[in-house]
Amino acid sequence: MPAAITFLLSFQLAGMVLVTALSLAIPEPVIGLVLLFAWVRLKLPTPPALDALCTGLLSHLSLLFVPAAVGLMTYADLLWAHWLPVGLALLVSTPLSIAVGAWVFSRVAQGMNRPPTGDEVKNG
Amino acid sequence: MDRAQLWVYLAEQPLMWLTVTLLAYMGGHALFERSGHRAWVNPVAISGLVLAAILVVSDTPYSEYFEGAQFVHFLLGPATVALAWPLHKNWSSVSRLMVPLFCALVAGSLVSVGSAVGIAYLLGAPADVWLSLAPKSVTSPIAMGVAEKIGGLPALTAGLVVSTGIIGAIMVTPLLDAMGVRDWRARGMAVGVAAHGIGTARAFQVNPVAGVFAATAMVLNALVTALVASVLAGTGT
Repeated sequence: MPAAITFLLSFQLAGMVLVTALSLAIPEPVIGLVLLFAWVRLKLPTPPALDALCTGLLSHLSLLFVPAAVGLMTYADLLWAHWLPVGLALLVSTPLSIAVGAWVFSRVAQGMNRPPTGDEVKNG
Repeated sequence: MDRAQLWVYLAEQPLMWLTVTLLAYMGGHALFERSGHRAWVNPVAISGLVLAAILVVSDTPYSEYFEGAQFVHFLLGPATVALAWPLHKNWSSVSRLMVPLFCALVAGSLVSVGSAVGIAYLLGAPADVWLSLAPKSVTSPIAMGVAEKIGGLPALTAGLVVSTGIIGAIMVTPLLDAMGVRDWRARGMAVGVAAHGIGTARAFQVNPVAGVFAATAMVLNALVTALVASVLAGTGT
């Protein structure tokens, strides 16, 4: 596991070095992601525990957003003053974006003769 | 050491707020499990509200709380890098669908930014608020970077990103059921573009195929948004 953690952090660090050296406006984890993806696509060696580490980190991804959620309290006054525009923007734009995304994906996939797999809809 | 002194001591230690954050999340997750995985019993929303209430009642400033919570927040970076892994493992099914994926990504992303900014602007929100809303569908580290570049408030954006994720995770199943979208790939990709990591977490709970497409869509959205934002920043707008 230490090898896998070191491996993963090294990619983020490499991302940070690139972002700083080239003064890129892209956040360093994204560069790290691209570098790691290129690394594994090129079939370069990876630590055996990398699969367990990535799966573990991503299986509770929503936990990592909790501190930012709590951070909204620092903007309580601002949000209270503008609750209607902010609330409506979030409540309308999010489902609209989901609906448009799903619709476009299905349409284009059908147009390419790659019809959707009609799995039964699971409850949830 | 009396009780007040003990509190003062503990409140200064990062360990306490880190542990309380994990406890709150586990409590939220236990409720979610007990509800039979109902989307509206969202662990992030529950733990965020509980923690905010604790901070208000104990008169603790957010900066003091963050001394402990930063260790959880830090992991967003490595977790973003780790997204390369599911993308790699599912590349054969994903790469065949790059064209529909990319079309849906552009459409979903434009609708997300356009409608959020449009609604907030028309209803009279100030510029720093609607600018903070623009990157709300992208995962936090990228959204905060974009907000900073365009003149929004990065910390506010982080919170709006989380709110968007929770709303998307709650609404995606009933919404797409009502629309009759049965393709797990379409369902996953839509929630990944609109509701980033929290939507992706939800997609993995419902269906593994939906989860993979949600993760892919989130990654591509992050890349495209970061690139577009950096080009805009580069041209000085």
